[in-house]
Amino acid sequence: MCGIVGLYLKNPELRDRLGAFFSPMLEQMTDRGPDSAGVAIYRDTEISAGEGKVILYHTDPDFDWDGIAQAAADDLGVDVTAERVSTHAILRATIDAGAMRRWIESNRPKLRIMSSGAILEIYKEVGLPADVLTRFGVPQATGSHAVGHTRMATESAVTTEGAHPFNTGDDLCLVHNGSLSNHHRMRNWLREQAGIAFQTDNDSEVAAGYLTWRLGQGATIAEALEAAIADLDGFYTFAVGTRDGFSVLRDPIACKPAVMAETDDWVAMASEFRALAQLPGVDSATVWEPEPATVYSWGHA
Amino acid sequence: MNNDAKESATYPPRVIDEIQRAASEGIYAIRGAGAKRHVPSFDDLVFLGASMSRYPLEGYRERCDTNVVIGARHASKPIELDIPITIAGMSFGALGANAKQALGLAATAMGTSTTTGDGGMTPEEREASKTLVYQYLPSRYGMTPDQLRHADAIEVVVGQGAKPGGGGMLLGQKITDRVAEMRTLPTGIDQRSACRHPDWTGPDDLEIKIRELREITNWEKPIYVKVGATRTRYDVMLAVKAGADAVVVDGMQGGTAATQDIFIEDVGIPTLPAVRLAVEALQELDMHRKVQLIVSGGIRTGGDVAKALALGADAVSIGMAALMALNCNAPLYEEDYAALGTRPGACDRCHTGRCPVGVATQDPVLEARLDPEEGARRVRNYLSTLTMECQTLARACGKSHVHNLEPEDMVALTVEAAAMAKVPLAGTDWIPGSG
Amino acid sequence: MDVIDLSQTDVRDLNRRLQGAKDGGFQVLHPGGEHALAAGLTTPVAVTIDGHAGYYCAGMNQEAQITVNGNAGTGVAENMMSGTVRVRGDASQSAGATAHGGLLVIEGDASARCAISLKGGDVVVGGSVGHMAAFMAQAGRLVVLGDVGADLGDSLYEAQIYVRGSVVSLGADCVEKEMTAEHKTELAALLEQAGLEADAGAFRCYGSERQLYHFNIDNAGSY
Repeated sequence: MCGIVGLYLKNPELRDRLGAFFSPMLEQMTDRGPDSAGVAIYRDTEISAGEGKVILYHTDPDFDWDGIAQAAADDLGVDVTAERVSTHAILRATIDAGAMRRWIESNRPKLRIMSSGAILEIYKEVGLPADVLTRFGVPQATGSHAVGHTRMATESAVTTEGAHPFNTGDDLCLVHNGSLSNHHRMRNWLREQAGIAFQTDNDSEVAAGYLTWRLGQGATIAEALEAAIADLDGFYTFAVGTRDGFSVLRDPIACKPAVMAETDDWVAMASEFRALAQLPGVDSATVWEPEPATVYSWGHA
Repeated sequence: MNNDAKESATYPPRVIDEIQRAASEGIYAIRGAGAKRHVPSFDDLVFLGASMSRYPLEGYRERCDTNVVIGARHASKPIELDIPITIAGMSFGALGANAKQALGLAATAMGTSTTTGDGGMTPEEREASKTLVYQYLPSRYGMTPDQLRHADAIEVVVGQGAKPGGGGMLLGQKITDRVAEMRTLPTGIDQRSACRHPDWTGPDDLEIKIRELREITNWEKPIYVKVGATRTRYDVMLAVKAGADAVVVDGMQGGTAATQDIFIEDVGIPTLPAVRLAVEALQELDMHRKVQLIVSGGIRTGGDVAKALALGADAVSIGMAALMALNCNAPLYEEDYAALGTRPGACDRCHTGRCPVGVATQDPVLEARLDPEEGARRVRNYLSTLTMECQTLARACGKSHVHNLEPEDMVALTVEAAAMAKVPLAGTDWIPGSG
Repeated sequence: MDVIDLSQTDVRDLNRRLQGAKDGGFQVLHPGGEHALAAGLTTPVAVTIDGHAGYYCAGMNQEAQITVNGNAGTGVAENMMSGTVRVRGDASQSAGATAHGGLLVIEGDASARCAISLKGGDVVVGGSVGHMAAFMAQAGRLVVLGDVGADLGDSLYEAQIYVRGSVVSLGADCVEKEMTAEHKTELAALLEQAGLEADAGAFRCYGSERQLYHFNIDNAGSY
């Protein structure tokens, strides 16, 4: 079980303080998620076509990221740079993220891929949310939107890979509060019939894989989430980050919490109101709860 | 020899009867007691008593202590028990007042606790039990803050071994005026019960609920979380993360006064693997002995007590066995058993309210068959016996405190028990599944 | 009037002070969505919370008069025994859950499972409520001036429900009943007590059909 938070900054002038607003939201969710934490930052609002980022993870603090970057550059014939961020590394390439991802999966299959996309960066680690935020410089982050998660592991291990957000498609991430009940069979089917790769036994990763599959079939994120209502069984509040914004969906029984707040400057969601309590202007924000089995979306474009 | 009348193992007479009963009545069979099918259990473990390498303690003269403290993690007033055996949650409603009183008097005499059940606390029970654990259930029948504050500990019930995932059940014949009033129900109806708590679902929200309970009771009382044994490792870890001071794990042999037979038999895992899973979960979190583990579900003898403790439990809880000490299934009033379609030694008719020995009934005529003082004496005798048996085995293994029993003091007689308890098969070094 | 600022102290301190008071008024500043605010009170103190409260605000209230000048999270006034709790904004799910007595007024909307398992209290909602309202409600009254979501009164026992707006669907064993003159009088008094303006004559009444009180094979679909 967990805490989830999401923040979309409508007002471009606030975007250089995305991390400053977002970090306290995540920290407020520590009690319900002490095991691990993760954030998905949609950092760049302008990106050139044909550029991509892949975030990779390795436990070895001296891992040779430059070596990986060079090998990829040589093979793909493009520019690739590496920047270490604690246990993660950002590989930036002058090629779309999907191609980078496939190169890594084929040539360095043991490397953990945290995210791939034009804009998205996912950082996640075992440990208290406050520590995770500091390690990855989240309070200083800039960007248009962020989705985050604090984890109390239910049925899978407390590992870095088991932390949310999960990314199985470019610029797409999912955080989940709840417990699915039909994810084992769904995982097997997605793995065998839809070619989706999974790194963990985590039910939330199955939900992310399911959405990726639906999107790959041509669905919009809203359509994929609508389909999820019928196909995924169990209790959930999902927050999905996409390139342009984020979406929220609660299951039809809606036992797991979700609170939304919105002003002219931002729209935010969280598992508990107290995560929203320090956002600027929250005292005059519209505060409401998403209805069950209803897809909500916010964003640009 | 007539070889023509051959029974099927798949459709023996018992199964055929049940199919035909269902065809006649159109509803699942409801009964009391716990899983009746044979499952691997403590019967399959034996102790390695003293020998050349280990030395026993003399009985009586040389100490073998049995005390245990429950709930010191957060509570300012933890529970101190003289023996590591408590009385499990059983409702007034399921049981009659005389039975509850007898259990309370016995527990008090032995320096241990009883537990309320669905429907809340009766004044008689509070008076009879020096240490009373109060169950906080999905139904919230009879739940008031006054009752919470009157209790010595609070047990948040997520589930019980007989029916993990199911709610309470009490049929109309046992919903007398008094029971109805306690539960805010019309007299004589069949009680339908919730299977989830009304205002929280999941360990993350349980964490907030536990804090609320502490705020309301001034952070004094230990808070237990009780689960029926299913995904025990995860459940125990989550109970700890949600803030529990103690975890109660009830295996599938655990009893009930009324639920669907299919639920009792087909859901939940036996107590034997559940204990091991729970202890491993606590050890992984470095919470063993810091968050206490109480196990229940088919605890019958002092040998069972010792084996549960050896696997790492801090205490055990007894339900059905305590009722049997009160004459449940005793060969008395045999025509009344027959009227229920059963006999002593096989009776599970608690749900009917026609308990022949006056334990699980609200009928005053039947209840009169159980004298609370006499019943208390019997339960006290039984608890004393359990304790002495446990101490006997512990002393034979050289232990001056029953908590010093370890898994390595035991071996298993079957492969299943060896695998479930993670102790070697007798005569070998082999624990199936490891190495 | 005592002022307690939650940005300067913690919930434990707040509740200790409120629980220790025999009477008097308290104003709580900067509640910031914290949980279990003013929970477990037992005396007729008057508490005003200026801002949004988290879960279980006024939980198990006895005697106290508690006002939330904002929204309240899950389980506001859960298991209340007596007293009055007023939420000026909206309430999250399980509002008034299992309450035995007292009055809970929600001036805005309440979400799912409002008055779940009610055991004798009164819950009056000025706005609308979500699905599974009054689920397994045993006694007491739920009044909704706005609309009601799916499965109203599923598995209802003896609680009484009054609705002015629309109802998406009724739950198992919940039926519309005749709104008698007696009902109207009782409802009017309750609305007045709640301080909400509405014409009792504009409401419909719902109650249990009592078909699930004893198992009957023909009702198997309702279980």
